[in-house]
Amino acid sequence: MIKKDSSNILTIQDLHASINGTEILKGIDFTVRSGEIHAIMGLNGSGKSTLAKVLAGHSAYEVTQGSVLFDDIDLLALPPEERARAGLFLAFQYPIEIPGVANTQFLRLAYNTVQTRRGKEELDPLEFDDFVREKMKMLDMKPDFLDRSVNEGFSGGEKKRNEVLQMALLEPKLSILDETDSGLDIDALKIVAQGVNQIANQNNAMIVVTHYQRLLDYIVPDYVHVMQSGRIVMTGGKELALELETHGYDWISANKQSLAGVSA
Amino acid sequence: MTTSLQSDYLQYLLSSWDIKPTESLSWLDRLRAEAIDQAGTQQLPTKKDEEWRFTDISPLARLPFQAATPKFDLQAKDIEHLKLKEADNRLVFVDGHFAPHLSIISGSLSHIVGNLPALTSRDTLLQSHLGKHVSIDHNVFAALNTAFLRDAAVIVFPKEFVLEQPVHLLFIATQSEVTSYPRSLIIGEPGSQATVIEDYVSLQPSAAYITNSVTEISLAEHARIQHVRVQRESNQAFHLANCAASLGHASHFQSTTVTLGAQISRYNMHIHIANEAAECDISGLSMISGRQLADTHTCIDHAKPHGISQQQHKCIVDDAAHAVFNGKIIVRPHAQRTNSSQSSRNLLLSKSAQVDTKPQLEIFADDVKCAHGATVGQLDAEEIFYLQSRGLSETEARNLLTFAFGAEIINRIPVPSLKQQLEQAVLKQTQSH
Ligand SMILES: Nc1ncnc2c1ncn2[C@@H]1O[C@H](COP(=O)(O)OP(=O)(O)O)[C@@H](O)[C@H]1O
Ligand SMILES: [Mg+2]
Repeated sequence: MIKKDSSNILTIQDLHASINGTEILKGIDFTVRSGEIHAIMGLNGSGKSTLAKVLAGHSAYEVTQGSVLFDDIDLLALPPEERARAGLFLAFQYPIEIPGVANTQFLRLAYNTVQTRRGKEELDPLEFDDFVREKMKMLDMKPDFLDRSVNEGFSGGEKKRNEVLQMALLEPKLSILDETDSGLDIDALKIVAQGVNQIANQNNAMIVVTHYQRLLDYIVPDYVHVMQSGRIVMTGGKELALELETHGYDWISANKQSLAGVSA
Repeated sequence: MTTSLQSDYLQYLLSSWDIKPTESLSWLDRLRAEAIDQAGTQQLPTKKDEEWRFTDISPLARLPFQAATPKFDLQAKDIEHLKLKEADNRLVFVDGHFAPHLSIISGSLSHIVGNLPALTSRDTLLQSHLGKHVSIDHNVFAALNTAFLRDAAVIVFPKEFVLEQPVHLLFIATQSEVTSYPRSLIIGEPGSQATVIEDYVSLQPSAAYITNSVTEISLAEHARIQHVRVQRESNQAFHLANCAASLGHASHFQSTTVTLGAQISRYNMHIHIANEAAECDISGLSMISGRQLADTHTCIDHAKPHGISQQQHKCIVDDAAHAVFNGKIIVRPHAQRTNSSQSSRNLLLSKSAQVDTKPQLEIFADDVKCAHGATVGQLDAEEIFYLQSRGLSETEARNLLTFAFGAEIINRIPVPSLKQQLEQAVLKQTQSH
């Protein structure tokens, strides 16, 4: 929800990033205030996941220019774990499988690490079990999820739910959901969206990366940005997603000139 | 190393042995005498031997450690930390010698579990198995072990007998500069089911000594044996081991080996699918660091049709350590409908760590399924990033992933307290960085 007096959670200025010497992000400007939900749309290969991973601190990407403030700290100076502990969360487009690590062990470790940092009590395995089962109900997840290895042999949809579960546990200040909707059938999509909506409040913010307008029927964005070749080429309200749905991305190229420079 | 030094070494070892029989089993004397002859004609292997290409055991020739004499200073309290609470039956051997005061055998099992000399009532059965599964041809260490054979852990699971609790065979090294010759014989008669743990430990973390062990396992039809082998010798020890299992009709053999200790270790495992529809499930983990060398050679010999073998071997190699895995699978011409899979996965934690892994398939039947694969790699950067993105430091992430890599094998051990001990050992090693 847009409110005039909200504070900035994320301030990105002129962000350029490369991988193996190839520039992928070519100057991103973008501000997220608390309480807001932003959608980022764009064709495959436009740089959406790159932006998400640069924000989360993936070491394969080199930031060559620009700045990112998280609240008022220099995000780019922090290693990934410090970003997570500070309240940044990335739901991966392709969640990683970790054979041999039980999901419950992983979730508790992540939860306790972040809790400790916030000066709160850690939960022992029994307490955590109650806590996590409660959250799992919200996402309609089967209890056997906990005993399996992290994401190993999970279906695409199960992996995505596991990401949203982690988000629900860690209560991040800023969540970036990278195509959490792809691979989900409509029922699963609704459940995931419901989970996201329960987490969203006035003190946090979300960036929802998606290909499809259908997710935005359930998670209503305050802003929609369109990415193309490593830049945000268009920004609008939630109706922009509908326009894209009707006209396709070619329409952007035609209208880009007149709309260039608009930013949230 | 010269040949004469080698044969001197063997002569020297053999001369140390008091060959006078201590029991009245003449077949046993004959077995020993043959082994002495065999050992006398053999030489220590060198890297020129195909089977020892990666493992240089020449340092052994400079260490003519005599056979250990019995020393039973150990008290029950000294081995408290090694006990497994699930195991009601435990045979303890100190430097290769049976230690009755540390062992426990429930009364009802005393005729089927014990030291070799105590089980002479099963003479005919023992005679038909002892020395019949591990070959001493071209195997100087097995020949030496048999030459020195006196005490041995013997277990005979009778027909249709089901033992829920595992039997713990605990081989403790206490003396330096000696050689011990642990020996085990496990016989599963038709339809029996049991779990046996072979556990090699040292009470002195940096004692130099040699363990030369031989284990023979026989499964009759429909027998099911779970075998666990743990090698946690001192970091200066040499551990040379031969294990052979013969699988009868529709029997099921599961074996999990965890190798953590010794300066140089070599484990030969030979599985003979001797009858139709037998199944084996073999897994191994070597986790080594410093300048350790751990060599595992396995051979699964499908001699009869409809056999199933599944094998996975993993190595975690740190510092300048060196792991070797050679997994041979033979499918004989008549062994149609064999289904065999093998995977070798290796994790290198440092630049100077080394692994040599080699599948070796010798398939002479046409209607078979054989899958195999080997990977050697570092920890996956994407997995590390994923964990970091959830708040774990890079070191924590690496430790967790290393632990998980090994835990996949350790989790197969059907004895919770042992599993926990090994998890702790692996955790300690992953966190030493
Ligand atoms: N390792 C890499 N080396 C070079 N180019 C890469 C690498 N990884 C991704 N890219 C390129 O970066 C661009 C953006 O990819 P990505 O951020 O995944 O796009 P999106 O998420 O919008 O589909 C693509 O053109 C892709 O080919
Ligand atoms: Mg993407």
